[in-house]
Amino acid sequence: MGRLATITRRTFLVGAAVVAGGAAFGYYKYQQPYANPLEGDLAEGESTFNPYVKIGTDDTITVIAPRAEMGQGVYTTLAALVAEELDVTLDQITIEHGPSSPAYFNEAGFRDGAPFAAFDRGFVADAVRSTLGVASKFLAIQMTGGSSSTIDAYDKMRHAGAVAREMLKAAAAEKLGVPAASLKTEAGQITDPASGKVLTYGEVALDAARRDPPSDVTLRDRSKWKILGRSQPRRDMPAKVTGAPVFGIDVDLPDMLYATVRMNPQPGGGMTRFDDSQAKSMRGVKKVIAIDSPYGKGIAVIADNTWRAFQAAQAVEIEWADGPGPRSSDDVSTLLDETLATDDFFSLRTIGDPDVAFADAPREKIVEAVYDAPFLSHAPLEPMNATARVKDGVLDIWAPNQVPTVMKMVGGRITGFEDAQINVHTTFLGGGFGRRLEPDFSDYAVRIAMETDGRPVKVTWTREEDVSHGPYRPIARGRYRAVMDDNGLPKALVGSVASPSVIAGMVSRIMPGITPAGPDNTLVHGAFDQPYGIPNYRIDGYKLPLKGIEVASWRSVGNSYNGFMHESFIDELAHAGGKDPLSFRRELMKDYPAALAVLDKLEEISGWNTPLPEGKARGMAFTLSFGTWVGEVVQVADVDGSVRIEKVWCVADPGQVIDPKNFEAQMMSGIIFGLSAGINQKITFADGAVEQSNFHDFDAMRMSQCPQIDVAILENSDHMSGAGEPGLPPVMPALANAIFALNGKRVRRMPLNEEIDFV
Amino acid sequence: MKLQVNGAFHDVDVEPDMPLLWVLRDELNIKGPKFGCGAGLCGACTVIIDGQAVRSCQTFASDVTTDVRTIDGLAKGDTLHAVQQAWLDEQVAQCGYCQAGQIMNAVALLENNPNPTDADIDDAMSGNLCRCGTYPRIRAAIKRAAATKVEA
Ligand code: FES
Ligand code: FES
Repeated sequence: MGRLATITRRTFLVGAAVVAGGAAFGYYKYQQPYANPLEGDLAEGESTFNPYVKIGTDDTITVIAPRAEMGQGVYTTLAALVAEELDVTLDQITIEHGPSSPAYFNEAGFRDGAPFAAFDRGFVADAVRSTLGVASKFLAIQMTGGSSSTIDAYDKMRHAGAVAREMLKAAAAEKLGVPAASLKTEAGQITDPASGKVLTYGEVALDAARRDPPSDVTLRDRSKWKILGRSQPRRDMPAKVTGAPVFGIDVDLPDMLYATVRMNPQPGGGMTRFDDSQAKSMRGVKKVIAIDSPYGKGIAVIADNTWRAFQAAQAVEIEWADGPGPRSSDDVSTLLDETLATDDFFSLRTIGDPDVAFADAPREKIVEAVYDAPFLSHAPLEPMNATARVKDGVLDIWAPNQVPTVMKMVGGRITGFEDAQINVHTTFLGGGFGRRLEPDFSDYAVRIAMETDGRPVKVTWTREEDVSHGPYRPIARGRYRAVMDDNGLPKALVGSVASPSVIAGMVSRIMPGITPAGPDNTLVHGAFDQPYGIPNYRIDGYKLPLKGIEVASWRSVGNSYNGFMHESFIDELAHAGGKDPLSFRRELMKDYPAALAVLDKLEEISGWNTPLPEGKARGMAFTLSFGTWVGEVVQVADVDGSVRIEKVWCVADPGQVIDPKNFEAQMMSGIIFGLSAGINQKITFADGAVEQSNFHDFDAMRMSQCPQIDVAILENSDHMSGAGEPGLPPVMPALANAIFALNGKRVRRMPLNEEIDFV
Repeated sequence: MKLQVNGAFHDVDVEPDMPLLWVLRDELNIKGPKFGCGAGLCGACTVIIDGQAVRSCQTFASDVTTDVRTIDGLAKGDTLHAVQQAWLDEQVAQCGYCQAGQIMNAVALLENNPNPTDADIDDAMSGNLCRCGTYPRIRAAIKRAAATKVEA
């Protein structure tokens, strides 16, 4: 924890963290691998080759996919990386999430924290990326997020498969008395073509695992792939169509108790007193306790059934203390304006000299607009929950979570246990979207488990508790200005974006007491890093000094609001310049071939140039996020004054796709998640507390509203990039731009239903 | 009280106002129906009673007098129900949390209306929320299941 705190202070806010090369950490240490966490926990007859592969003498082949399966298909995709090189079929392996271990640190997620645009592959940008990659190993955070899992695993896990295969071949070669190079491997078997002899992996596994791993394996060329690059049936699908108990909320242990929490609805507020006399007398209630955690103050009810705990929690009379945060949404709005009026901002990339361009510009050439995006709840369909047991000096946490090493840290802080006394079991997640990067649900569960005399306790939140407590996607306001030239193109563009810092929030929640300073790139992601050739161009980030209300990563993070603002503004500029929005972007992106190819394809599949009948219109937007180039067109129709979203076309270029059908699903998922937010979601405050509580006032898109969605995939970009998030950012502005094309109404504030009725 | 679930009878001793969802999940350890909202807003808890899709979080266990069908009893041994098979074929699920409810809702739809139009599907399924956005594939899977049943 000490080490983590120091390093984090230096590097987490990477805008301020250009630490020189590996020097800050010691290159030698970086080269040392972490211990294989599978070593200590092998079944009879099982051996492990590296942190990703276990093989039993009975031919069970287990692959560890150490990232959270939250719907994105990572369980199958990561296993496929190993299977491709190990020469096993996907249906012959067992896939496990595996233990929580620093060996599974996420490097790609951190490299992407570098404060540069994805297309900036210059020396400085790449040097910082590699520094962050080194730092990631020392932070050793096992994290699923940032659309990074496949990229991080791409080499590591193929390599793990290849190394194990070579070790198996070497053992077989010795046994058969032939050179290893002459042996063939396929579907878990080793064949000697000369003699026709066949050995299974299980038969040589024990010998093979004792050998030194080869240091010089070469990974197979794409052209040789049998599994990767093709759509594979998801291995989690059978469990999910049969209702199998695979989620955290389904955990069932002998002697288990059930609990729930009720925390102060005012963020950051305390609890003055509570009266549990009625609650305690209710059927099945075992105990009512106070929770005093860095993440909230309130009570927990421990009972013999979840519903009884819910009922009793409502029956506790509680006196809350006010929180330190704003009393109302109007107060937050005032703070946004005040913050934008200061000159305390950071800029990560300045092209030309925008200030001079504005100073010289005639008034009629200036275009200005202000955009707003609200706080949002993640509201994954599985409510927050975790199960914990503290028994015989061992803490076990079963949790649907995106960051098991942090869950471990939190558990250690509460119990005082060492790492070795804590096990984190990561279940499938009923949705994550960033919410399950947060430590609160595990923290509460561990505190409650300290009170149950060694009995496991499953803590389930109500939906109301989930929606009315953050952390939330931050609120944001963006003030955009541009100067147009005589050819209808922008000569200068400056965007000023105010929003609370997600990274500062996350760091201070993982390590209470630490308040990171410095720029936060996520605040300007989706705006400062876009491939537009505007000669004078700058995005300024203003960190909103917001107290009380916690903000977090929410699918696509800053891109989720900056995409809306930046791309709405680009659309406004196209109209100001008298140009077609697609051709306008083509002119501005002419130096970026990957972007141009996306635009061409989008024009083609959406029939962009075919006129639509009266009462229908299209809008488009483009956002490069997480390295993936994405353009989207939304088609809307007027239905008696309401808007129906009819179709969405999406063209995405992630460089390389491992599983096309799954990639398509992720794009659709991002689009629907974005449209849900765009059409009607917001979290607002009154009397210091959140006003929304369940899906009646924080709804998401329903099937009857869901458009037809077509996805096309391109592979022109030269870096492999993410899938989980990049589909989302362009869809909200594309919708707003389509509405403008439909009825001339420019909606600059999300959610759009404040001004538009949707069918 | 006695409760019949997927053909089997269970004795349960619970308050009359305990929702069926929690009797199934916490008393009988039948985990197919999921808790999503507890307020009839999301459909994750959908079961079938008397041929109708019912939100088990809004149904008192004490009001149930006939068999409750949950996803746990939908497949016959190793053979998936046609709707489950269609879900597999279309690779519908993402996180999967809503899918038990979606599938039960679709089963009830197809039992009552073997050849639903697009509008019928939208109408019947709109009470079932999916935060992962699997709606396009759910539509495709329902059509596929309808087509297989017609052929059969
Ligand atoms: S849990 Fe029953 S409808 Fe949501
Ligand atoms: S698949 Fe995740 S909520 Fe539907």
